Amino acid sequence: MDFTDTPEEAEYRAKVRAFLDANAERKEPGKVFKARYGADDLIPLAKEWQAKKYAAGFAGITMPKEYGGQGGSQMQQVIYNQEEAGYVLPRGVYEIGLGMCIPTMLTYATEEQKQRYAAPALRGEEIWCQLFSEPSAGSDLAGLRTRCVRDGDDWVINGQKIWTSGAHFCDYGVIVTRSDPTQPKHKGLTYFFLDMKSPGVEVRRIQQISGVSNFNEVFFTDVRIPDAQRLGAVGDGWRVSLTTLMNERLAVGQTPAPDFDEIFAFARQFELEDGPAIRDAEVRGKLADWYVQQQGLKYTQFRTMTALSRGQTPGPEASITKVISANKRQQIAQYAMDLMEQGGIVNDEASAPMRAMFQEALLSSPSGRIAGGTDEILRNIIAERVLGLPADIRVDKDVPFDQLPTGKG
Amino acid sequence: MNFDFSDDQRMLRDHARRFLSERSGPAQVRAVLEGEQSYDAGLWKGMGELGWMGTALPEEFGGLGLGQVELCVIAEEIGRALAPTPFSSTVYLAANAILLAGSEEQKRERLTALAAGETIATLALTEGNGAATAAALQTRYADGRISGSKTPVADGDIADLAVVVAKGAGGPVLCLVDLTGEGVRRETLGTIDPTRSHATISFDNAPAELLGDGGDQWALLEQVMDRAAILFAFEQIGGAQACLEMACDYAKERYAFGRPIGSFQAVKHKLADIYMKTELARSNAYFGAWALSTGAAELPVAAAAARVAGSEAFNFAAAENIQTHGGMGFTWELDCHMYYRRAKLLALALGSQKRWKDRLIDRLEQRNAA
Repeated sequence: MDFTDTPEEAEYRAKVRAFLDANAERKEPGKVFKARYGADDLIPLAKEWQAKKYAAGFAGITMPKEYGGQGGSQMQQVIYNQEEAGYVLPRGVYEIGLGMCIPTMLTYATEEQKQRYAAPALRGEEIWCQLFSEPSAGSDLAGLRTRCVRDGDDWVINGQKIWTSGAHFCDYGVIVTRSDPTQPKHKGLTYFFLDMKSPGVEVRRIQQISGVSNFNEVFFTDVRIPDAQRLGAVGDGWRVSLTTLMNERLAVGQTPAPDFDEIFAFARQFELEDGPAIRDAEVRGKLADWYVQQQGLKYTQFRTMTALSRGQTPGPEASITKVISANKRQQIAQYAMDLMEQGGIVNDEASAPMRAMFQEALLSSPSGRIAGGTDEILRNIIAERVLGLPADIRVDKDVPFDQLPTGKG
Repeated sequence: MNFDFSDDQRMLRDHARRFLSERSGPAQVRAVLEGEQSYDAGLWKGMGELGWMGTALPEEFGGLGLGQVELCVIAEEIGRALAPTPFSSTVYLAANAILLAGSEEQKRERLTALAAGETIATLALTEGNGAATAAALQTRYADGRISGSKTPVADGDIADLAVVVAKGAGGPVLCLVDLTGEGVRRETLGTIDPTRSHATISFDNAPAELLGDGGDQWALLEQVMDRAAILFAFEQIGGAQACLEMACDYAKERYAFGRPIGSFQAVKHKLADIYMKTELARSNAYFGAWALSTGAAELPVAAAAARVAGSEAFNFAAAENIQTHGGMGFTWELDCHMYYRRAKLLALALGSQKRWKDRLIDRLEQRNAA
């Protein structure tokens, strides 16, 4: 057991640090950085940063060189992510496009399409989104209803997507649609990419509990997509979708604050009636629980890196990260506010402790337990793929999609 | 980055698992649970023949001179097999105390006997209900003699030698006492886990030999407890993993409502929760193993974290394993209760969760102040 990088890894890490130090502001302990996702200045800042990354050779680290990537290893990507997490940077614009959409394009698109789309995405000039979830197809993605119908050289799309992060600023998207409702649900799907400026595409912002709008509803009314933009065979859209989902970026310690460090700092400075909160036995017990969770995830990630370092592919074990960290964040927010008593109600940045970080997290943390796989779905994945438990009995598996009961949803 | 065991360490683990599955299977553990013996003497002898007690002890003291990580590997297998032997008392506690506090001569004489498996040893600290603190110590050492009472002492009824914590002239001291000698009376106690025997030991002016120089050794005792906490954490993850496997196997085979109960999400999610807690405990324990093997400055924090996560995981896994087995889970006949007993025993053995959580936060505060 040792935590040191190999000489090659250390050299790469030094290169990454030199680049970040020269181009970005380092996070400082105790300094609070608020999420700026959705703010008007985010997109230009993110574009500028992505272009810098590309120029310095840190965009598309694992992607092939002939499409603008670096042809590097997963380990290099992890090292880059670890280092980047220590700096204040515009985030949340390119993760889905470069992490999920472009890898799917590289697997299924034609050579000409790969040449056309991959590099501009890596340079940050074109932003991509993923049009998967629908009002009646969330965890049960294969229950989606958006229709595609062949018409000459085109397909005509009608329906609605939802929870589409970034659709309001994206140039292109990948979409999975239903081509044959008479087939069982997984079999009648077909996958495309499209220009988000196509006629008939309407994007409406969704306001979240926290007040910000990260994602959207997207309506499709007689939208025409050329058959040349189909990815995979007609009816094979489910398999293509799995490629997209499997490319979800490696879970690498980028859980948004507050985490243990913030509540620990808060407990040391916040006075209860009989002294600093940290002297209270109950507070200490809770802090200890969150510390061992945080450290447990950190060293679980080290185990994942060990597998990567040996050229192995990490399994779905990493799915514990999101379940634990999302729940921890919500509990920390709730508990810090409890310590503030009635004062916890106030979310004014000027007067609430730590610039109202905990109040903000109270309202934003529920999404972490739902987006990108709910707590429940992730537990199913652990149970079935890691522990080998039998799959749930599926009453809808072999029934033609158009004969399934739909309820009110 | 290499946060995993080496090929040699894996071989050691496979070998230990094979040995224990033959020699410390459920039937053998149950024989100790239901019988009159305080431990499995044949198993203990076998472990001694393999040199396990000396795994991490230096070769000059009769050890194998392997390393702490190797000892962690063995501890995990012992936890998985619920091995009914005085291994933890002898190796994690007594041997570490002698190694850290003893003179060269004491180490040569005592550790050599421990490493060879000839001597069973233990640490006698607790004096009844409540926390074992320096201020609460009643047992007294003076002029080569001790008097007082220790209870419960793990393996106190079978140990030949005890490292006893007593109040000396300059504060708490550690001293060696021959438990078969004069002035020592012992009585086996009824406990929640009879596969790990405990006793009350009374000292009436019993001869005692100071370990080291007789100064205040409380800080040193805490170092011993930290080392032991990491090794116990490996026993705990071994036990938790065994519970997870038992529960998963049962959930796949047991049918209700026309299907395996493991196909119900209520059961799946429970098992996924056991898995998550066990993995978090495993990762904390691995970091503890690294700190132990390198003597890193992080050792006190790493030990407390490994301890807290290990106790949480094994307690949870053992309780939910019974729940997964339904009515059969709380019968004497099934083995679930052997893990449930051991889980609680291990979680109390070095002090409670409350105490270790407090200790963890203390140390994080100290680290932060530094």
